[in-house]
Amino acid sequence: MNTFDLTNNTVTELNHALHAQKGNVSQADWTVTNPKGSHNLAVGLDEALNVDIHGHAGYFCAGMNKTANITVHGNVGQGVAENMMSGVVRVKGDASQAAGATAHGGLLVIEGNAGARCGISMKGIDIVVKGSVGHMSCFMGQSGSLVVCGDAGDALGDSLYEVHIYIKGEVKSLGADCIEKEMRDEHLTELAALLEKAGVDEDPASFKRYGSARELYTFKVDNASAY
Amino acid sequence: MCGIVGLYLKNDALENKLGELFEPMLISMTDRGPDSAGFAIYGDEVQEGWLKLTLRHHEEGFDWSTLTDQIATALQCEADWMSNANVAVLKVKADEAAVREWLSAHYSEVLILSAGASIEILKEVGLPENISSKFSLSGMEGSHIIGHTRMATESAVTMEGSHPFSTGSDLCLVHNGSLSNHNRLRENLKREGITFETENDSEVAAGYLTWRLNEGDSLKEALESALNDLDGFFTFTIGTKNGFAVMRDPIACKPAVLAETDDYVAMASEYQALASLPGIENAKVWEPEPATFYIWERH
Amino acid sequence: MSNDTHNPSLRESATFDRSTMAEIRRAAETGIYDIRGFGAKRKLPHFDDLLFLGASMSRYPLEGYRETCNTSVTLGTRFAKKPIELDIPVTIAGMSFGALSANAKEALGRGASIAGTSTTTGDGGMTPEERGQSKKLVYQYLPSRYGMNPDDLRKADAIEVVLGQGAKPGGGGMLLGQKITDRVAKMRNLPKGIDQRSACRHPDWTGPDDLAIKILELREITDWQVPIYIKVGATRTYYDVKLAVKAGADVIVVDGMQGGTAATQDVFIEHVGIPTLAAIPQAVQALQEMGMHRKVQLIVSGGIRNGADVAKCMALGADAVAIGTAALVALGCNDPKWDDEFKKIGSAAGYYDDYQEGKDPAGISTQDPELMKRLDPVDAGRRLANYLRVLTLEAQTLARACGKNDLRNLEPEDLVALTVESAAMARVPLAGTSWVPGQQF
Repeated sequence: MNTFDLTNNTVTELNHALHAQKGNVSQADWTVTNPKGSHNLAVGLDEALNVDIHGHAGYFCAGMNKTANITVHGNVGQGVAENMMSGVVRVKGDASQAAGATAHGGLLVIEGNAGARCGISMKGIDIVVKGSVGHMSCFMGQSGSLVVCGDAGDALGDSLYEVHIYIKGEVKSLGADCIEKEMRDEHLTELAALLEKAGVDEDPASFKRYGSARELYTFKVDNASAY
Repeated sequence: MCGIVGLYLKNDALENKLGELFEPMLISMTDRGPDSAGFAIYGDEVQEGWLKLTLRHHEEGFDWSTLTDQIATALQCEADWMSNANVAVLKVKADEAAVREWLSAHYSEVLILSAGASIEILKEVGLPENISSKFSLSGMEGSHIIGHTRMATESAVTMEGSHPFSTGSDLCLVHNGSLSNHNRLRENLKREGITFETENDSEVAAGYLTWRLNEGDSLKEALESALNDLDGFFTFTIGTKNGFAVMRDPIACKPAVLAETDDYVAMASEYQALASLPGIENAKVWEPEPATFYIWERH
Repeated sequence: MSNDTHNPSLRESATFDRSTMAEIRRAAETGIYDIRGFGAKRKLPHFDDLLFLGASMSRYPLEGYRETCNTSVTLGTRFAKKPIELDIPVTIAGMSFGALSANAKEALGRGASIAGTSTTTGDGGMTPEERGQSKKLVYQYLPSRYGMNPDDLRKADAIEVVLGQGAKPGGGGMLLGQKITDRVAKMRNLPKGIDQRSACRHPDWTGPDDLAIKILELREITDWQVPIYIKVGATRTYYDVKLAVKAGADVIVVDGMQGGTAATQDVFIEHVGIPTLAAIPQAVQALQEMGMHRKVQLIVSGGIRNGADVAKCMALGADAVAIGTAALVALGCNDPKWDDEFKKIGSAAGYYDDYQEGKDPAGISTQDPELMKRLDPVDAGRRLANYLRVLTLEAQTLARACGKNDLRNLEPEDLVALTVESAAMARVPLAGTSWVPGQQF
């Protein structure tokens, strides 16, 4: 176990050390202490490393992650796991806005609440939030799944493409072109697998499914008010 | 485009450490605002009938003593002063309008940064670290304080364009974001009698609140109408005599994080500004909702 | 306009000319704004309105061919460990795979590499064809993040954070369904055949204070190796350039309103932004006031067509220029040899209209496999390289005539303006006078 204390080392030194593991992993397990809200922690990882960050992280923590398994024992700032490709990012506390933005793959678990724009423009990632998500979540979401065990804020799934959205609690309002859809067997199966992967004990049958009405896929004059 | 920090003490025992607790918060926001910085501190409240002003003269060695004697004679009132770098806190037992009129007639080069019973505003061009040290922030005492570090967008980097902006008696505002309808609004507010020192969008937000409060709105009502009338992106923190308020626009892109313990409520643009506070590990930490305002006041 | 009627008693309205009326009828018919490619078509004050003061008696010219005139430029010297070294100060602007065919992207890479300059990806990710053929490749970081991934990010020679472009500052794009083929859809994670909407703001940051953190993230991911550019559409250029410097840019790209786009609303292209000519002095003033001119390099684009335009940009203070439309023309875009086919799709060669629908007869801005075959990337690449050489030779010719042994030694003082408008915008005197309109004396 390598411990990296950010009181004595810079974020750049941390990222350098983690990047140096690429292609030749000599140290798989890393502990980061005293992050104190620093930005850009453990970004651009490209190996099966286990990184535990003890404390709160700032913006873009675990950005563009590939393969690595990163856990933040605290809250994270804007854009956690933004553009993640694969691997697992787990946040024990709350996440600020744009969690999992544009991410292509992997699993993001937020054990607390996520702020606005959770999963904005997501492109294949699976996001599981134990708490609630803020407004404009999944805006322009393209593919992947968003699971929320709490409530969703205003304009959920606005201008949605093909993300599967599952919400257990209340949805304050749906965004343009987002509708509630029937929960069929394949969706229950998918949701159960996601909940299990995330380690969340919830009954899939207690969720509702939302998706794109696909009315904005090609421009029609009668939809002009939605633009 | 900036960093905002605020600290409001619930525990009176910490009042003599307010500056010490706040200084690292302000300095941690240097990257968000390297152009200028400032803060409004509340404490050392004057007695009923007295007025407290923060005044600024561009010269460090300006003779505040003579100014104080003159104003006391002219307005036939008691007056006292203390200086901090090129800023002075003037306390006078007189009516605010009369003091302002006398100052503008006799010392037009003296700027009034704040007026009220408790507020003092100190701000300057330069790095937060230098401004903290210039005004000896770490030794300051008080009940609450809000601060700002500025990355100038369109208006000039000047002391006048620095935050906090005074918005009336014991009120001030700091802003992170960019308003998009401030020019027309400024013209309208000028017709309502509000005066402006700069082309700054945030000063228009401050002037807007001043106007609403002059019209008899409560702070809550003024903030509610601000949500309708201000266009663009903003996170505001507003200092009041007894506390502070935080508000984000309906889109809520500009960051804000709040923390609360039994001892204090703190606000910052980023969590790292809160990291130095005692007991932050166990604080309740959350982000303000869009188009929602949060007010903490002692009564 | 009126050459199809010879009746002198018929007078066309300047306000309601026939193309205006045709647009009203089109709008009434369809209920949707006009979407098209290309940049502003209206007449704007431009580099044609500036002239060089060649050397004669008071200054001495350099001899062509014998006395050297340097054209190389290094971009990204502020923070990057590996700045970009270019042989010529003309780069290829960002154009997306999706808007352009893979062959066209390959041809751009080939041509630029022969000429010793860089190409730029676009809103659609990096294709292997493009990476393979481009010796220096700038990877655009856009609001949509289509195809964005850390592997390509680390393969890039520079990263360009795009805030906007001259054709549509403040707006997102629109790629019509006909172009979303299987391959484009896969790269963008979109359903095939839909009209794709592109975001106007980045999803995970807003404003220069947050951009500063985003730039640090990109530097951390790439271990501070490559330069980070910031690209803005020309509007409030003076402020935007200052903020780009504060946010930590190595290079700033300013794209004037003549700059092209794959597709957006016509109202955007013609009514938003300022001409390239007007943007450069604002950008240079901002850099100079911050002591950053030449330290943070300035690339200018939007309507660059010949070596004179290049030299004039440099004289006004740019470190390099970028070309998009002109590069496509060099590849063979809008060639009159395809006129019959342009007519079939209701257009005409040279008008740059309607072919954002994906049926470009020249095989450049299309994803149609049959049309694509018409563009031979090797041949087209050679044409682009030739054109880039001409631009460079022309610029050198003018620089030598002004007595400069380096293109970047051209100065605003080497220029005069033909019109009051261009004099005011470029901040150079009206020819034969010492009058710079708008300047305080």
